Amino acid sequence: MTATPSSSVRNPTDWKGAAMQKRIAGRYAAERRFKLLGMAAVLLSAGFLAFLLISMIGNGARGFTRTEITLPIDFRTAPMVVDPATVTAQSLVSANLQDVTAQAAVTALGPNGDTLLSPNAWLTVRDAILDNPQIVTERVVISVPASTSIDLAAKTDASAADEASYARLQQSGMVSTGFNSAFLSASDATDPTQVGIWGAFKGSLLTMIVTLLLSFPVGVATALYLEEYAPKTWWTDIIEVSINNLAAVPSIIFGLLGLAIFLNLLAFPRSAALVGGMTLALMTMPVIVIAGRNAIKAVPPSIRDAALGIGASPVQVVFHHVLPLALPGILTGTIIGMARALGETAPLLMIGMRAFIATPPGGITDPATVLPVQIFLWSDEVSKGFVEKTSAAIIVLLAFLLAMNGLAIYLRNKFEKRW
Amino acid sequence: MTGPAVLLLLFGLGVAAWVSARARATRLQTAARNTGARGAMHSLPSFHGWYVALWTLLPALAFLAIWTNVMPALVTDAVLADPAAQGLPGDGFARGAILSEARNIANGTQAAAFNPAAQPLVAPYRVNTARYAGGGVALALLLAFAGGAYAFTRIRPDFRARTRVERLVMGLLLGASLIAIITTVGIVASLLWESLRFFSMVNPFSFLFGTNWSPQSAAMGYGNENAFGAVPLFWGTIFIGAIIAMIVAIPLGLMSAIYLTQYARPSTRKWMKPVLEVLAGVPTVVYGYFAALTIAPALRDFAVAIGISGASSESALAAGLVMGVMIIPFVSSMADDSIAAVPQAMRDGSLAMGATTSETIKRVLIPAALPGVVGGVLLAVSRAIGETMIVVMAAGLAANLTLNPFSSVTTVTTQIVQLLTGDQEFDSAKTLAAFALGLVLFIVTLLLNIVALRVVKKYREAYE
Repeated sequence: MTATPSSSVRNPTDWKGAAMQKRIAGRYAAERRFKLLGMAAVLLSAGFLAFLLISMIGNGARGFTRTEITLPIDFRTAPMVVDPATVTAQSLVSANLQDVTAQAAVTALGPNGDTLLSPNAWLTVRDAILDNPQIVTERVVISVPASTSIDLAAKTDASAADEASYARLQQSGMVSTGFNSAFLSASDATDPTQVGIWGAFKGSLLTMIVTLLLSFPVGVATALYLEEYAPKTWWTDIIEVSINNLAAVPSIIFGLLGLAIFLNLLAFPRSAALVGGMTLALMTMPVIVIAGRNAIKAVPPSIRDAALGIGASPVQVVFHHVLPLALPGILTGTIIGMARALGETAPLLMIGMRAFIATPPGGITDPATVLPVQIFLWSDEVSKGFVEKTSAAIIVLLAFLLAMNGLAIYLRNKFEKRW
Repeated sequence: MTGPAVLLLLFGLGVAAWVSARARATRLQTAARNTGARGAMHSLPSFHGWYVALWTLLPALAFLAIWTNVMPALVTDAVLADPAAQGLPGDGFARGAILSEARNIANGTQAAAFNPAAQPLVAPYRVNTARYAGGGVALALLLAFAGGAYAFTRIRPDFRARTRVERLVMGLLLGASLIAIITTVGIVASLLWESLRFFSMVNPFSFLFGTNWSPQSAAMGYGNENAFGAVPLFWGTIFIGAIIAMIVAIPLGLMSAIYLTQYARPSTRKWMKPVLEVLAGVPTVVYGYFAALTIAPALRDFAVAIGISGASSESALAAGLVMGVMIIPFVSSMADDSIAAVPQAMRDGSLAMGATTSETIKRVLIPAALPGVVGGVLLAVSRAIGETMIVVMAAGLAANLTLNPFSSVTTVTTQIVQLLTGDQEFDSAKTLAAFALGLVLFIVTLLLNIVALRVVKKYREAYE
C-alpha cells in the first residue's frame, strides 16, 4: 500500500501513481522472469538429451566403418604348405597363416608393415582361402582390416607417427575406409577392429524371449485375478502390496535374488540367457500387472453385465470380452516393460552375463551376454578403438528402444478405445 | 526319444483328445436337441474337449517333470549296482568325479575319459539311461491315455465340464498372482539368510557405523572386524543420489512441470512432454558411459583449472549430475500430477484477486501441492540410490568420506557389483558383504516408498 495519511479517511489506492506503476512493472517483470526460468528448465533438459544423442551419434557413426588395407600375398613364395584340394579350417590352423600375413605385410608395406595390420588380419586371409582354396597356388590381393591406430588415423586425429604411416599408405593407394559389415555380424573380440554386436544381440534376443514367455502370461493372469475375481481380503492386500513393492525395488536387488536362488540354490547354468530372462521376468512382471490392471479397469462394467445377462460364466465374460478389449492396453504396457528390460544391465552383471563371449549363443542355456552388458564391457576397454564401437553399439540399442516405444505409442493410439 | 519329441507327441495326443471329445459332445448335443429336450447339455462341446485334453496332458506332464528330476539318481544307483562299478574308490568325492565323467561321455558332452576308471562305466550309463528314459516315456504315454480315457468316459449331457475347466482356470490365475508374493519372500529370505551369515563373521555395529571400507584387505587375511565399515558407502550413496542428483533434478523437474502445465501452449506441451520422458527411457548404461566419457573429464579439467585439489576423473559430481538428469522426468511427472490435483477454485480465486500467474503458482499452487511434490521427490531419491550403472561407470571405487564433489566416492550399488564380480567364494565375508549391502538398500528404498506413498495418499484425501 502507498503511504496513507494518518487521518481516519482512507484514500483509494492511486493505481496511476508512479510508485504503484513501478510496483506493477516489477511484478510483471517477476512474472516474465519466472516464465523464462520455466522455459529455461525445459530447454536445458531437452538440450541435455540432444547433447547426449548428438555426442553418441558423433562418436558412434565412425564405429560402423572400418579401414582396410589391400594386401598382396604371394602364396607361392609364402612359408606354408597347403594342398588346395584338402583345405579345411582345421588344416589351416597349423598352416602358420599369422607369419604368412606378417611377411606379406613386410614385403608390401615396409619393415614395420605387420604393425599396420590388425593383429587378427590373418583370420581374414584364412576365410579367403576357405572361400576359394585355389588361391594358395597364386598371387592374390586380399582386403584385410588395418590396425586400430591406422583406423583412428583415417577417421580422426592420431599421433604424428600414425598419421604419417596412414599418409604413406594413402599415397600408395592401398587403404580404404568403408562400411564395416563385420560390426553387425561378428561377436566380441580382443581387437576393436574385429568386434561385432551380433553375439550380444542374439543374447539379448534369447533373453527377451525368455522374459516375455514368463512375464506376459503370469502378469496378465495376475492382473485378471486381482481386477476381476479377487475377493477383498487380507490375502489379496498382501498380493497387491508385494506387486507395488516389487515395482519399486532397485533392479540390482533382483540380480542378488537371481544369484542366490537361481544360481546357488537351484544350480542353473551361469551366464545363460535362461537365468537372465528369468531374473528380468521377475522385474518386468509388476510393470505388466500394473499396466494390465489399468487396462482392465478401463473396460466399462456394462460389457460385463451384458455378457453375464445372456448367460456367460464369469470365466467366459473375462476371456471372451474383457481380455480382448483390454489387450491393446496390456500390450502397450508389456512393450514398455520389455523395453526397460532390454536396457537393463545391473541384474545381469550379478548372474555372470559379463563374460567374454566370442561365439554367439546357440540356445538359452549357453553362456551369453546382452547388448547393454556388451556396451559396459567395451566401455571398460583401454584401447582407444573401443570408444567408437561402444557408441555405435549404443546407437543400435537406442534405435531398438526407440522402435519399441514407438510401436507402443502407435498401438495405444490405434487400438485404445475411449469408452 | 528326445525331450522335444516327447512333448510334441504329448501335445499331439492332447489335440486329438480335444477334437474327439468335442466331436462326441457335439453328437450328444445334436441327439439331445433332436429328442427335443432343450438345454439338456450342461456344457458346450468345447468345454468337454478342454476337459478331456487337460486330463490327457496334465497328469502326463506332471509325471515327466518329476521323472526328469528323479531319473539321474535312479540311473546312478543302477550303474553302481553294475559289476563294472565294483572297483570304484569308497571316497565319495573321487567316486562322484568318476561317475560324472562317465555320464558326460555317455551324453556325448565329453569325448574321452581323463580318468581310466570312468571308461568301463560308460556302457552301463548308456544302457541304464536308455532304459529309464524309455520307461519314463512309456509311463507318461500310459498316463496320458489313461487320463484321457477316464475323462472321455465322463462325457454325458449332464456332466458339468465347464465348471471343472473353469475351476482349473481360476486356480491358474490365483497361482500366477502368488508368484509376486513368492518373489518378495524370495528376495527377503535370500538377502536375510546371506546377511545373517555375514553378520556371524562381522559385527553388525562395525558394519553399520565403521568408517573404514577395505574388503580386499579382509580377503587377504587381515581380519574381518575393521574392514567392513560401510559408512563411506552410505555417505557416497546419499551424496550422489540424494544431494547432487536432487540439486539438479528438483529445480529442473519442478520448473519444467510448472512451465509445461501453466504456461506452454497445448501443442508445445504435447511435444515436449514425451521428449522429456525419453530421458527416463534411455538405458542407464548409456548415461553411465556418457558420464564417464564426456562429463567426468570435462569436470576434472574444470576443477583443475579453478584450482581445486583432489579432482578425480571419476567424480561424485559427474555421476550425480547425470543421475539428476535421468531423474528429471520422475520429479516432473509427480509434480505435474500434484499440481493438477489442486482444486481449480483455489487457482481461480488467487487469479481473481489480481495475482499474476507466477504469484499464484508460488503462493497458492506450490504450497498446496507441496506434500505431493515431496512424495514425488522421495520416490525419486529411492530410485536414485538404487541406481547402479551410472555410479559403477562414473563414480569410482575409492571409499572416501569427503564433501568435495570433485573427488571420487563409492556407493552401495557400486560395491555390490564390485564384490560379486570376479572370483566368488560363498563362504567369504567379502562376497556375503554384498548381500548385507543389498539388504540395507532394500530396506531403505522400501521405507522411502512407503513414506512417499503415504504422504501422497494423505494429501490426495485432503482435496477429495
